[in-house]
Amino acid sequence: MKISVTVNGRLHEAEVEPRQLLVNFLRDQLGLCGTNIGCDTSSCGACTVLVDGESVKSCTLFAVQTDGMEVTTIEGLAQEGELHPVQAAFREHHALQCGFCTPGFVMAAVSLLHEHPNPTEDEIREGLNGNLCRCTGYHNIVAAVAAAARTSP
Amino acid sequence: MIPAAFDYVRATSVEDAVRLLATNDDAKLLAGGHSLVPLMRLRLARPALLVDVGRLSELAYIREEDGRFVIGALTRHAQLEDAQMIPALLREAASMIADRQVRHRGTIGGSVAHGDPASDLAACLLALDADLVARGPEGDRTIAARDFFTGLFETALLPTEILTEIRVPRARGTYLKFRTRSHDWATVGVAVARVDWTVNVALSSMGLTPIRAVEVEDALREGAAPAVAVHELERTEPPGDATASSEYRKHLAQVLTRRALERI
Repeated sequence: MKISVTVNGRLHEAEVEPRQLLVNFLRDQLGLCGTNIGCDTSSCGACTVLVDGESVKSCTLFAVQTDGMEVTTIEGLAQEGELHPVQAAFREHHALQCGFCTPGFVMAAVSLLHEHPNPTEDEIREGLNGNLCRCTGYHNIVAAVAAAARTSP
Repeated sequence: MIPAAFDYVRATSVEDAVRLLATNDDAKLLAGGHSLVPLMRLRLARPALLVDVGRLSELAYIREEDGRFVIGALTRHAQLEDAQMIPALLREAASMIADRQVRHRGTIGGSVAHGDPASDLAACLLALDADLVARGPEGDRTIAARDFFTGLFETALLPTEILTEIRVPRARGTYLKFRTRSHDWATVGVAVARVDWTVNVALSSMGLTPIRAVEVEDALREGAAPAVAVHELERTEPPGDATASSEYRKHLAQVLTRRALERI
């Protein structure tokens, strides 16, 4: 089936099987391997991307469902070599250890801050409960998201 | 885990979806996909045709009509969670479903039509005595929530029907949920709704379908205090599994129901 999806601002026209998952489309067909596959069962959040600006788990969406839509992955956040405020805050606050969950956490945080520009600490923790960090680096992740909220315009 | 191959078609209207469903005995509707896609990935479901209704914005709405709230079947959990006008228990239950990513996609109609006994929203609709509207080749029909859940992952919907709308009364109420991890299904969930002067109680994960705790309701009507009325739940027969034994579920149901009743 033919689909056209705008990924990180660039229109891609591609032939996909209906059963092709969005995460596999991004990784295997477009070569955007920043989005990780973790649990593969919509629990861990490692594969979180934005579809039309909202966070979704790309392992639980077929690529055909995003035909005509806009997808943003971790590769699409930095603009002209400048890190996105959430990425910069993750670096500044050392909000990662092994880094595997980081792309998913960053995308979920971008969506969270879009919906709640000034979240409380509880709202950050609740808002990110769909993402797991097996290094248990939650403390610094929450601190980074709070800092990003303060610095974002 | 890759699902078995299937054909995919996007419906352009409710009528189109009904027509497409009738073209294939093994067709399934795809809305948000957050119940169906995981099942397909485990190959527990292998539909031959998916009819995607996910973009039928005509089914995504929350309105007030004749003193009731009418909710389009394609209303997403995130929209319910953020809706100020609807009964609090629906808002609370929606906010406790999985996580925000899932709530951006999952729909109330899909959750209910899936027929999962652990569905938070299904328990709320039972407690609210909701009406569910389905459209099929013969037109619309209304199914009472009480008649809707017929078995484990089974509902009164016909294979040729699509759930289009859910109607709930004004009500006070609350939804309490016990789970072992924050994004998990309910180990036990309790929906309590006060509709007019009647108190309704419904439970999730306590049987093959979401169930009404009729004995508790009767005891309350006869004047029993919540702490006494909840003893009626001793007579339930919840399933035991890796998360909780049957006895533990019974205990949780009593504690949560008492708390919910004391809250409203």
